[in-house]
Amino acid sequence: MATKTVTPTRMVLNQTKARLKTAARGHKLLKDKRDELMRQFMSVVRQNKELRQRVEEGLTEAFAALTVSSAVMSPELLEQALMYPRQSVEVDVKFKTVMSVSVPQYSFTTQNADPGEIYPYGFAQTSGELDIAIRSISRVFEDMLELARVEKTMHLLAEEIEKTRRRVNALEYVMIPEMQENIRYITMKLAENENSTKVRLMKVKDMVLQQAHDFKYS
Amino acid sequence: MYKIAVIGGSDSVIGFKALGLDTYAVDSSDEARSVLHEITKPREDEYAIIYIEETMAVHILPDIRKFDERPSPAIILIPGRDGPIGLGQSALKEAVEKAVGSDIL
Repeated sequence: MATKTVTPTRMVLNQTKARLKTAARGHKLLKDKRDELMRQFMSVVRQNKELRQRVEEGLTEAFAALTVSSAVMSPELLEQALMYPRQSVEVDVKFKTVMSVSVPQYSFTTQNADPGEIYPYGFAQTSGELDIAIRSISRVFEDMLELARVEKTMHLLAEEIEKTRRRVNALEYVMIPEMQENIRYITMKLAENENSTKVRLMKVKDMVLQQAHDFKYS
Repeated sequence: MYKIAVIGGSDSVIGFKALGLDTYAVDSSDEARSVLHEITKPREDEYAIIYIEETMAVHILPDIRKFDERPSPAIILIPGRDGPIGLGQSALKEAVEKAVGSDIL
């Protein structure tokens, strides 16, 4: 039953019919969008899972090396060695649109292109373990950057999927049934009105005929 | 041009310093939270990516989740010195649950 009152007129009927048509088309489009988003999302999730595993493994390894180097070197010396980085990283962010979701794309530039430049210290006073640690960190860093992109994409897509799903459901289970109900209600009401008009006319005709046959003024 | 920040324990972030990332050494979750607010607030897009050590992120997850819907910055949890404690994985699970409605992994 229609919850809110609708005026049973032909105009409202036509309007509702037009809205139903639009809603049905919107529903179909949104459903397609949701399916495509879901497909993209699943591939991103798979990528993310793999990358995260790689990053976690790589970082564990790097930290292990770092722990060893901090055991070999004094903390002051370690800090001193790493105090002034020779390298600096900058990221450029561009946004790509995937199904109306803008997802970031990172491209990073290092100030020094030479990969040997990641060691910001002289080799004389530092241990070899530190070199290993720094190298493994810089190796895992590329994966970390990719992880950032994938993870952010994943969160944004998840957000959009949730929104789209709600819209699809609202259209499918609330809007469209309600409009169909309204259309039925109006159609029935109009038919009823038509019937009562017809009956009234017949009645009037009878009365008129009766008046015509036994016509009398009082 | 944007920069990358790393927030974590002092002995974890030191390695990233050599790569030229901005590092913020913190001792507790509370400190991590204030640093996070500090570096995301004033000039909002200064950092494009912020890596946070899992152990420091445990108690500030709600603060981190707030950034999920924004296109920038990306806040990524990384394992600390003691290895992964599963927070990063659970973020993935959470996203899947949000999108699909159930955990299908």
